[in-house]
Amino acid sequence: MTALPQALAGLKVLEFGGYAAGPHIGKVLANFGAQTIHVESRDRPDGFRLQYPPFKDDRAGYNRSGCFAFFNDSKYGVTVDLKKPAGVELARRMAQWCDLIVENMRPGVMERLGLGYGALAALNPRLVMLSTCNMGQTGPRADQPGFGSQLSALAGFCGMTGVPEGPPMLLYGPYIDYVASLLGASAALAAVLRSRRSGKGCCIDVSQYECGLMFMAGALQDYFASGRLAQRRGNEDADAAPHGAFPCRDGGWVALSCWSDAEFAALAGAIGKTGLAADPAFATPVARRANRTELEAVIAAWTRPRTADAVAETLQAIGVAAYPVVTMAGLFADPQLQVRRNFRVRRHPEMGDHCYCFPGFDLAEAPGDIIGPAPCVGADNDFVFRDLIGLSEVEYESYRSQGVFG
Amino acid sequence: MLLSNVLVIDATDRFGWLAGRVLADLGADVVKVDPPGTDRTRPEWRAFNVNKRVVELDLTRSADRKRFDDLVAPADICLLTPAAPPSLPLDPDALRRRHPSMVVVAITPFGSVGPRSAWKGTDIETMAAGGAMALAGETDGAPMRVSEPQAYAWAGAQAALGALIALFKRAGTGRGDRVDVSAQASVVTALSHAPAFVDLLGVEPTRAGAFITGRSIKGARYRVFWPCRDGFINFIFYGGNAGRRTNEQLVAWMRDRGAELGVLAAIDWKSWDPTKADQAEVDAIEAPVMKFFAAVTKREFLTEGHRREMLGYPVSTVSDIATDPQLEARQFFERVAGSAETFCGAFAIIDGQRPPLRHAPGAPFTTAQDERERAGGQT
Repeated sequence: MTALPQALAGLKVLEFGGYAAGPHIGKVLANFGAQTIHVESRDRPDGFRLQYPPFKDDRAGYNRSGCFAFFNDSKYGVTVDLKKPAGVELARRMAQWCDLIVENMRPGVMERLGLGYGALAALNPRLVMLSTCNMGQTGPRADQPGFGSQLSALAGFCGMTGVPEGPPMLLYGPYIDYVASLLGASAALAAVLRSRRSGKGCCIDVSQYECGLMFMAGALQDYFASGRLAQRRGNEDADAAPHGAFPCRDGGWVALSCWSDAEFAALAGAIGKTGLAADPAFATPVARRANRTELEAVIAAWTRPRTADAVAETLQAIGVAAYPVVTMAGLFADPQLQVRRNFRVRRHPEMGDHCYCFPGFDLAEAPGDIIGPAPCVGADNDFVFRDLIGLSEVEYESYRSQGVFG
Repeated sequence: MLLSNVLVIDATDRFGWLAGRVLADLGADVVKVDPPGTDRTRPEWRAFNVNKRVVELDLTRSADRKRFDDLVAPADICLLTPAAPPSLPLDPDALRRRHPSMVVVAITPFGSVGPRSAWKGTDIETMAAGGAMALAGETDGAPMRVSEPQAYAWAGAQAALGALIALFKRAGTGRGDRVDVSAQASVVTALSHAPAFVDLLGVEPTRAGAFITGRSIKGARYRVFWPCRDGFINFIFYGGNAGRRTNEQLVAWMRDRGAELGVLAAIDWKSWDPTKADQAEVDAIEAPVMKFFAAVTKREFLTEGHRREMLGYPVSTVSDIATDPQLEARQFFERVAGSAETFCGAFAIIDGQRPPLRHAPGAPFTTAQDERERAGGQT
């Protein structure tokens, strides 16, 4: 527990769905103090629990998934069987408790269950309900299911990654889901702020596809304005030269870029090739791009025997942007991420001590935290239904005996 | 509009542009403060600064510094990308001291604390620092960034959320806050669960080019990008219920077209488990599909995939996106009043309505005093 106030204290969030796009919204809100309840069922657990590695000790199990854990820390976990009428009745009761529902079922599923926005808003007019799915709730392909790892291709990211003469490149995991979850969380909070002020809730339709396009907005605007078709161009940049990743000692890489002739002159000096800055073949960004292969070979000859850290430190000292290409293991040792405590160890009942990831921002006066580990399946049924939702013992026992918590 | 009572001063460079745009799309009144000589013709500037009004201030001049102080005083949120060390009037701590109820957001490449907080960084260095480049590119090739800058957008998206979390706190306590956004740490979100492999198993996920790894416990890699008639298709053999349907439908589609099925004909997708397949099995499954997709167009795959409820999408270019009927039906692309340019519209639909873009890029911000002076000058 923290002695400092939590920014979202008093915000109550309910989640239906699974994988990344929905749960990541609730996770970030929970990191800043929102009470967030992740709803699943034993029959239909969150898909991240069983479908993808990593699993603790490489053994799959409901409560052994690193994938699930990463997007569900700091939440309560409950099981409600929504195939039973009493389960739906309980969910409707929960909807009266919360400020915000986040759901990432296929469009229409919540309505068919009797848990659509219209039905729930009749019970709780201040409710904000955010629905997030691949294509959005409307349109000719609204019903198309999909995973973010593939939607990143439809939204242009994969086609814009790699060298022009090679195939598109994959971005790791459901890249676009996190774009949509961050933007969606902002929309949800804006709506809750209005609801708190006016008593009027709303429903928010988030298309993960459209959210992703916000990260491609420059290329799209360029196409609309000029017809120019943006292409993948490796690590080249339209303005900076050199601009790329260079091999270092021990298999490392360093990223660096020069945004002016002065920066290039500093780089040339650092690598012991002062003459390059005045050489017509490299004196301007246009010339440096035209002679990119030759220039990159000269820079690589200097970086190759050095560590990525040493290269970055040398170049930063003379005002040239550079940073090691940090590997996944390297993230845990990066001095900047360490200062932020970007990865925080929490003790999970089955997985033991393991790391959770903090968001990319923090508040100085009301800092967030990894409040607790990800919940085991149904771990918080007792506490949530009795203490948060306020079921009486008789009601609780009635739901239990009907198998609602199954 | 959700944030119609919120005033935002956006004094950011590329690292913060999307933050202001997100808040503007949610209804906030966003005033962009730009230095003199800002090039507003660039597509990226226009795309991320549409829906804001702009005032140009030369903060090296005392009159403009005073104007900035006046402008920022009533703001609920001030978005900054401060230099290291910060200088007045764009010093986040000084602003916080003077305006205790203000939410001040400082976005920097590597965050405001730590031994490298003053380091220079642009998109490529922060994508590298946040781990994203290590995961993109060919296995034996150079780490890659996405050719369209992403780190600025990751930082901006996290900054907008941080600002609203602080605004929520203020609604309850009356006190603002200082939000510290690190572009590097913001990019870490894009890695999904990749860091968990290191933590739980001591396994280092690496870039896999046009393939996906980390799904099979036997280490098999699955093809993701398949050449098709007019580009590439993204298709993956998934497991689970959704994967089963997709795999069955693909085989049915191939059968309808009389395509060669090879080992696919005999697979029972109900029991097939991608986490247990080894590389030889994966290769045998993929060979007939490779041949089949070579004759399919991107739009055909999109349409047929939808009809058959299959997972998978074509690899779009910006022109494919600009003409996608789904986006047209939802009127995602929008023209802004007084301009013929087309932009990505607001990113969310609220109660069935997409909040309209209100300001063309570069629309001037004028104060009541400006208006009075202008009126006075005209008479």
